[in-house]
Amino acid sequence: MDATAKSFKDQAKDGLENATLQDALGKLGFGFPLLRQMAADGLPEFDALRDQGRDIKNHVLEHLDYYLERFEEQVTGHGGQVHWCPTDGDARDAILKICQEARAKTVTKGKSMVTEEIAINAHLEAHGIKAIETDLGEYIIQLRNEPPSHIVGPAIHLNKEQIAGTFRSHHKELDPDRSLEEVPALVREAREVLRQKYIDADVGITGANFLVAETGSSIIVTNEGNGDLSQSLPRIHIVVASIEKVVPTLEDACTFLRLLARSATGQEFSAYTTFSTGPKRPDDPDGPEQYHVILLDNGRSDLLGTEFQDVLRCIRCGACMNHCPVYTSVGGHAYGSVYPGPIGSVLTPALAGIDQSHHLPNASTFCGKCEEVCPMRIPLPKMMRYWRERAFDQGQDPVAARWALAFWATAARWPALYHFGANVMTRLLHFMGKREGHLVRLPFAGGWTRHRDFPTPERATFQSQWRKRL
Amino acid sequence: MSDPRAQILGKIREIRGRGALSASNRHMLDTRLADHPRNVVPARADGPQAELIVQFMDYLGKAGATVLRVPKRSDVPAAVAEYLRDNNLPGRVRTTSDPEIDSLPWSDQEMLERTEGRAEKSDDVSVTSAVAGIAETGTLLLTSGKHTPTSLNFLPETHIVVLSAQTVVGSYEDAIDKVRKQGQLPRTLNFITGPSRTADVELTMEMGAHGPRQLHVILVDN
Ligand code: SF4
Repeated sequence: MDATAKSFKDQAKDGLENATLQDALGKLGFGFPLLRQMAADGLPEFDALRDQGRDIKNHVLEHLDYYLERFEEQVTGHGGQVHWCPTDGDARDAILKICQEARAKTVTKGKSMVTEEIAINAHLEAHGIKAIETDLGEYIIQLRNEPPSHIVGPAIHLNKEQIAGTFRSHHKELDPDRSLEEVPALVREAREVLRQKYIDADVGITGANFLVAETGSSIIVTNEGNGDLSQSLPRIHIVVASIEKVVPTLEDACTFLRLLARSATGQEFSAYTTFSTGPKRPDDPDGPEQYHVILLDNGRSDLLGTEFQDVLRCIRCGACMNHCPVYTSVGGHAYGSVYPGPIGSVLTPALAGIDQSHHLPNASTFCGKCEEVCPMRIPLPKMMRYWRERAFDQGQDPVAARWALAFWATAARWPALYHFGANVMTRLLHFMGKREGHLVRLPFAGGWTRHRDFPTPERATFQSQWRKRL
Repeated sequence: MSDPRAQILGKIREIRGRGALSASNRHMLDTRLADHPRNVVPARADGPQAELIVQFMDYLGKAGATVLRVPKRSDVPAAVAEYLRDNNLPGRVRTTSDPEIDSLPWSDQEMLERTEGRAEKSDDVSVTSAVAGIAETGTLLLTSGKHTPTSLNFLPETHIVVLSAQTVVGSYEDAIDKVRKQGQLPRTLNFITGPSRTADVELTMEMGAHGPRQLHVILVDN
């Protein structure tokens, strides 16, 4: 995983100063919550489904070993193969081996966050195998060599002019005078270019939104249909999924499917929901000859039984980031990790270590919106608080912040001291800002006054005014 | 512990403070899988067939597909030919070879060239059957099989689905039940709700990202 989570503050600043990104985030932060709300309101059972979804996931996490074994049994029974991978390295090795045994030259990929997590593209590339992203957003950022900025819309930080420029410099074989001004032209060009890639590819890699223990099926949900072309045209289909994706039955999968699209994009249902079970049957005219499932742990089992277990319920809908005031201000790249937004602030420290990412759980106003909209009712703010505690215990915070907190904690424990301090400070600030009505500079609070003035406080604290009134 | 499978399963069991599940616990979970009970199913998935059909068409339309209702099966080839003409599409279709499609009176349409089998890159239009229409969200369920290649659902730019009105059901679970009854699960179950789309460029919705740009459903009353 990317280690730039350390530089959250600088990256957040870049995000705030990027006008294109700010435009996109404005649209996103306004549009998606509205669409989600309409979809939720349109289904009276929405909250009941959320409760049930949460309970099913909790049940699975309690019996994860059982469901994974049953899943494997079924995959094998249908002629597929499961590869158990404790670490990201194991997953890379397993995928490379399958590709090499098939003498694969190119691989087409459906959209999958977990393959970003294990950085499979670079690994295949290093061994002479070309991996081509086919989700339009992923394709664009792959050409630009950038990481995704949103788990559902990976290229939302770009405008159409930038994308047209990228296409022009990469699709050299096409007419240089073609028009690429409008969105339809861009979509059409990507469609045409990628069409041949699906047909030429030897291997198709997809993620999985769910794995079904009852039947050994993997499920993908997309709007473009790229995941389906990636898995039905090449000879080999590799599914990469983390262990917590397993659900018991097809009926249980239906419950999650009713929540996923509505929470993600506000659609009633995504255009394509596909259940794949094993390789093609002997009579089938198309479909892959081999079906492999990479079951990745990569730190997830460490979370079982801890205060972070609930995060394993996540179905990666992106609602928490669409509703997050921090995410919709700084954008996904600021987080410097595969998973941005509130979910990333909880998951990244777990996967990459809190020493690499202690800024992330601090990137929150604790407004609680993420938990409110999370279809899986994951208590994200509470978990960010846990991470803050851990970071503090491990001495990750800067010395000044630690001193300030220690000072505050002492004062808060001695009311007399606290009141005395507050009185002195209030009077001092009142005196300093009396003339202007506000303060433009404050010692130790430059982070605040650089961007906005600090209003001058009243002459006395609320408590002392109150006491006088009595 | 070098076996990665044992490593992952062992770790989960260690955290849960147990070995593999006890026989009684295992039995309970086995039963749940075997019974696969339904969870909450939205009330809108329930109702008289006639209403479900209307609701199905309504949601399908909202999802960007077009729907034409015809009285009988023999009307289908003419409806296909007309759709192609109206949309300036070539008079050539690639279809599934199941009886549902194969038994239609195609020869009435002399200008329509029909071939069967998996989709090729040069195919502009496919015509397929479907297992069910799902009223809950206007979703089609198509399955792969000897006569029904999956590539027909994704490669051509226009996808025409012929669906008998009596196959419209309420919920996803109802549709899955139909598949369960047919025996072994097909390799692929495609739940399709409208044409392919993307909002990846400036959050602007654009149809026909990789899959079909047009999805046209011909609903046959009988
Ligand atoms: S944490 Fe909840 S809201 Fe965020 S992506 Fe996961 S399921 Fe969606």
